[in-house]
Amino acid sequence: MLHVAVASRAFRRYSTYRAATVAGVFTNSVFGVIYSFAYLALWKANPDAGGYDAVDAVTFVWLGQALLMTVALWGGGATDDLAERIRTGDVAIDLYRPVDLVGWYLASDLGRAAYHFLTRGLAPTVIGLLLFDIALPDSPAAALGFALSIPLAVVVSFAIRFLVASTAFWLLDASGPRILTGALAIFFSGMSLPLVLFPGWLGGLAEALPFSAMIQVPNDIWLGRHTGLDLVGALAFQAGWALALLLACRFVLALATRKLVVQGG
Amino acid sequence: MAETSTTSVTARLWHPVARYGDMVRLWVRAELSYPASFAMLVVGSMLINALDFAGIAIMFSSIDSLGGFGLREIALLYGATGVGIGIADTLIGSVERIGEFIRTGRLDQMLTKPVPLLVQVCSDRFTLRRLGRITQASVVMAWALPIVDWTPSRVLVALLMVVSSSALFFGLFVLFSCVQFWTSDASEFANAFTYGGNTLTQYPLTVFPRELAIALTVVLPIAFVNWYPCLYLLGRPDPFGFPEWLQFCSPLAAALVVAAALLVWRTGVRRYTSTGS
Amino acid sequence: MPLIDVSGLERTFVVRRRAGFMRRTRSEVRAVHDLTFSVETGEMVGYIGPNGAGKSTTIKMLTGILVPTAGSLRVAGLDPSRQRTELAQRIGVVFGQRTTLWWDLPLRDSFELLRKIYRIPDARYRENLDRFVELLDLGDQLDTPVRQLSLGQRMRGDITAALLHDPEILYLDEPTIGLDVVSKGRLREFLRALNAERSTTLLLTTHDLQDIEALCDRVIVIDHGTSVYDGSLAGLHAQGGSSRTLVVDLVDEGPPIDVPGARVKKVEGPRQWLSFPTEASAAPVVAAVAASYDVADLSIQEPDIEDVIRDLYSRGA
Repeated sequence: MLHVAVASRAFRRYSTYRAATVAGVFTNSVFGVIYSFAYLALWKANPDAGGYDAVDAVTFVWLGQALLMTVALWGGGATDDLAERIRTGDVAIDLYRPVDLVGWYLASDLGRAAYHFLTRGLAPTVIGLLLFDIALPDSPAAALGFALSIPLAVVVSFAIRFLVASTAFWLLDASGPRILTGALAIFFSGMSLPLVLFPGWLGGLAEALPFSAMIQVPNDIWLGRHTGLDLVGALAFQAGWALALLLACRFVLALATRKLVVQGG
Repeated sequence: MAETSTTSVTARLWHPVARYGDMVRLWVRAELSYPASFAMLVVGSMLINALDFAGIAIMFSSIDSLGGFGLREIALLYGATGVGIGIADTLIGSVERIGEFIRTGRLDQMLTKPVPLLVQVCSDRFTLRRLGRITQASVVMAWALPIVDWTPSRVLVALLMVVSSSALFFGLFVLFSCVQFWTSDASEFANAFTYGGNTLTQYPLTVFPRELAIALTVVLPIAFVNWYPCLYLLGRPDPFGFPEWLQFCSPLAAALVVAAALLVWRTGVRRYTSTGS
Repeated sequence: MPLIDVSGLERTFVVRRRAGFMRRTRSEVRAVHDLTFSVETGEMVGYIGPNGAGKSTTIKMLTGILVPTAGSLRVAGLDPSRQRTELAQRIGVVFGQRTTLWWDLPLRDSFELLRKIYRIPDARYRENLDRFVELLDLGDQLDTPVRQLSLGQRMRGDITAALLHDPEILYLDEPTIGLDVVSKGRLREFLRALNAERSTTLLLTTHDLQDIEALCDRVIVIDHGTSVYDGSLAGLHAQGGSSRTLVVDLVDEGPPIDVPGARVKKVEGPRQWLSFPTEASAAPVVAAVAASYDVADLSIQEPDIEDVIRDLYSRGA
């Protein structure tokens, strides 16, 4: 119940920035248009590059724009608050509270993600649908799978951002790791180019990394490239990373707590 | 009499430029006072940019040409727009954050100093970290330079292209950041034009529909960042059949955008001082 | 001509409020209304009023950051909003708790930059810096990064920064907020010395009435955007109908004390509070009380200016 309250507070907090939301939707849409035309040219030159057709490719672009803010690919979200509280030392108070810090921030970030999905996710998708030929989910199973895979994508992304913010316990300033991780996330999630186009070992690596759970996997589920047992496997891949990374968050937090106790902050 | 007025005019023009330099120097020194953090941010910036071009290069593992252009030709376009936005991004300092400055009262502080506001905002938080982007774009561009059949006039157009694209992006940053004088939390709006413009010009204009190409020539002249001068450098006829003289018009387009930006900036500042919000 | 000349100054703001999902209401708020005052060179003026009274709106107009809606306004013979840059050269501004100093660099670097920004002649700059550093005891801090300075040191740094170019007017917005007693005292001493040495005109907004008592011969009280009092501090006490208080501790609890020239404000066990006019002498009251009652202890409380102003506000509203 507490976590629901935390999440809904985060949702409301973001919903107060209306002008920012409108500006963001506009920007997402502009980038969507640019990438759509670039991909159309690419698939015109090679009509089945990476096993996609042109409609798949354009759909991929707009899904990516919809998920970009939802999964906070560049960083940001609730974990920025954490980094700031570590920097100012306020986190010491949080650590002694009888609530689980990871769960608290996760709830808050899910609230934020819900807001971003409903605004900066849905609005550009509608614009993409109006301007381009976009594929709708392949089957009810694909639609359901997609709906399940988005929260998983957010959790994976959250856990990575939480770990990045936690570096502030040791570095004080987490902006370096934040930028580095953001760059890796953009590249290895499929945001800058679908991972299906990555050649050889690079493709294999990209698909195995947790970043792919943030964009590539949900998009492929929507496009119907995972069906049956494979669909379950794709969701399990996301859930596996989510679980492993959340455990890592717990572990890092325990280390940080011990450090604070030993060194007194 | 005539002489004193000339000196005062030169002094009036020189003062802001010199102060820009002074403030920039201080920000750089402040930045370098955290060497570890600085090093990490430079590496991060280089990584972001390297991965950015890697994305385009990987495309070419599936295709031989995009919109009729090969990888090296696209590298030329990429380098030119990258250097341009990199220089502009370095020069504009905190222009993208004026909405925040309005909210925190920082703008008021700046308004009580005898240096033009734009100069103060553009020198604010000047960071060498952004040189990472300029360096990476220069390397990509250098890799593409051998494909140009160099003549003295092409050298001149290439140099003018770099200056113009920097000025054009500078103008776009200022112009669209001014939106924040009206709605202070809409800073992201500018990204569509600045970073969006950069992304768009990484691809040959032939990728886009003809109507968009026209709009990017006459409405928002982003095509002059690199497209027209690069056509000249590559000796290619205009794929849309647009006039050849457009290939020499980048400096003019840049001047127009900068002029428009300065005008809107003045209007924005005036609005701020007359509404107080 | 006065250095600051404000007459019939008006400033309204348009406020848009969200009323429901997409609807917005538009209303006008008068932040400053029919404000008139003038300040001569060398005066030290306290500009006080409750939050939202229009203090900072006035300062913004005086510094040229905000254009008045109506009325006339001259500062140092200039029209602030039209000649903002020229005026900037002649005024110094310290805005509350927001530092203008370079956070990560030694204090000296910020001062050097200001030398260039204001084009201060080298000799003058060195002379001023030496003097302020001496008066404010900043010598050891000049080469310390600002982030390592204490709040008091930083405020002194900010004030030095605002004064290096010999401004004729110094605007101070809450200069002693958050400072400890020693720092406050030192700062006030410095401002007095500055005023005595250079006749720098001082306009001070503050919540700390000790600042006013220590520095200002003149107080302008603003409420709801308009001046409700302009005059000496002593006059403010009188105007507020202010009174001193005689605190009497009786040996035993008793009925309210009844003596001429004073009346009982409060009774708490054997302790009673008697108020009498500020301008009256305390002696007859004390004598009368001592003559008729068994007194254990007596003390006199000076009027609290805060009470006076609160009183003024409540009558204004």
